[in-house]
Amino acid sequence: MPTSTQTAGSDPAARESALKAKLSTHDLSMVFHRDGNRVPVLDNINLNVADGEFVCLLGPSGCGKSTLLNTMAGFLSPTRGEVRVDNEVVQGPDPRRIFVFQERGVFPWLTVEGNIGFGLAKLSRGERERRIAHYIRMVGLQGFEKAYPSELSGGMKQRLEVARALAVNPDMLFLDEPFGALDSITRLTMRRELLRIWEAERKTIVFVTHDIDEAVQLADRVVVMSARPATIQQIVTIEIAHPRDISSARYLELRDGIFAQIGLAHRI
Amino acid sequence: MRPLQSPGKWEKFVLPAITFALLLAGWYFAVRWSGTKVLPSPLEVKKGLIELIQAHVLWADIADSLRRVAIGFGLAAVLGIPLGLALGWYPELNKVVNPVIQLLRPISPIAWIPVAILFLGIGDHAATALIFLGAFFPIVVSCVDGVNNVSSVFRRAGRNFGLSPLQLLGRIVFPAALPNILVGLRIAFGIAWLVVVAAEMVAVDSGLGFLIIDSRNSGKRYDLVVAAMLLIGIIGLALDFLFRGLERIKSVRWGFRHES
Repeated sequence: MPTSTQTAGSDPAARESALKAKLSTHDLSMVFHRDGNRVPVLDNINLNVADGEFVCLLGPSGCGKSTLLNTMAGFLSPTRGEVRVDNEVVQGPDPRRIFVFQERGVFPWLTVEGNIGFGLAKLSRGERERRIAHYIRMVGLQGFEKAYPSELSGGMKQRLEVARALAVNPDMLFLDEPFGALDSITRLTMRRELLRIWEAERKTIVFVTHDIDEAVQLADRVVVMSARPATIQQIVTIEIAHPRDISSARYLELRDGIFAQIGLAHRI
Repeated sequence: MRPLQSPGKWEKFVLPAITFALLLAGWYFAVRWSGTKVLPSPLEVKKGLIELIQAHVLWADIADSLRRVAIGFGLAAVLGIPLGLALGWYPELNKVVNPVIQLLRPISPIAWIPVAILFLGIGDHAATALIFLGAFFPIVVSCVDGVNNVSSVFRRAGRNFGLSPLQLLGRIVFPAALPNILVGLRIAFGIAWLVVVAAEMVAVDSGLGFLIIDSRNSGKRYDLVVAAMLLIGIIGLALDFLFRGLERIKSVRWGFRHES
């Protein structure tokens, strides 16, 4: 099977690679308590993400991959273990690491400019305006500077949220099924846009999806997760250069390997 | 063909006009055929209205009513919005204060009239206080609801951009709750306009409420009573229309459903 497994457990070699990682999780476990029941959601997750890497967390709906992303971003505290970024334990959310919600995160009471400038209050007026203009161009929202989100399409709102995140110049982006609410054509365009932006800015990206094709099209590495409680089943390195030919033999081989891993045959 | 969602100007203005015309005609003939001497016909009310306008007291009465509403409602908004935001923001505080609010809220402002007069005497202060009481609770409750209903995604996004709790309140929670707060303000304003008439019938000797009670007491001038009632309705409608205009401001418009 065309895979390579790589987790940071307790052995010294793994420890060393965790030291060099941009983000690493160490024996991360999460247990929720619902109606008096103990619900384990994450079980002993050890994962390293390198600087500038694009990693997809792939798993079935409700498996806990979103919980993992929220824990990485500092919105949730793990029950056991820790998340480190630049070798420092994550204590909470931080403007150096921006979380992008499925387009629902744009602020409807602000214009496109207001949204992109939201995290730039500390900058001088001129610098703020320069950055806003730069990111409006980057995500192709020219002409909509004064528009409110309710006047934008779903894809435009998603681009706006990405632009707002990039404007504060973070090291990392966390994307939680960002294109899940979009139609399939817009979704394809958005993937290409995201790759273009990633290649221009080289942020470290952790991207949650349940779409196998999406993961194989975007990621350097695909982290395949099991059903709840989520464990890392396998990490698949996608070594195909961008732009990826999605009908090439290698692409299909990697995709079908993951299909098989998740236990799905691709015949309907 | 016209698009479905935009009814033409014709329907928008002509249909209500027909309704009003039919109502006036029904009223006119009801008075005529029943031969009542007590209730005025539309024509008599029109004469009464002209008389009121020519006597110049009308404008003073309208101004007095509006002034009382403006002060009572303004005070309720200035005190109620911060209190409501604080209660929504600190759930522990809300647990302490909410029972008192829920107990006081169902008491009609009219029921406060004797207490208001006892403490503030007959006059403007008592009337303004009653309007304040009527408007205050809906404003507080709508602010608490507004804060509680702010999407957790917005709060998290705000925290992610490094906002302090106070900045979070000012830059996320308040603007996100604003549509809800505006609804509360509009409801409260409607109540204030109802209460001012009642308060003026008892506590003061000017204003549209006083005009009604005075017209009845000084010679059973029911033409003037009905004219004043119509004026109250028209002014209330106009003020509500202005409030609805606020809902169309773009930074809050997202929180409302609009046809267009």
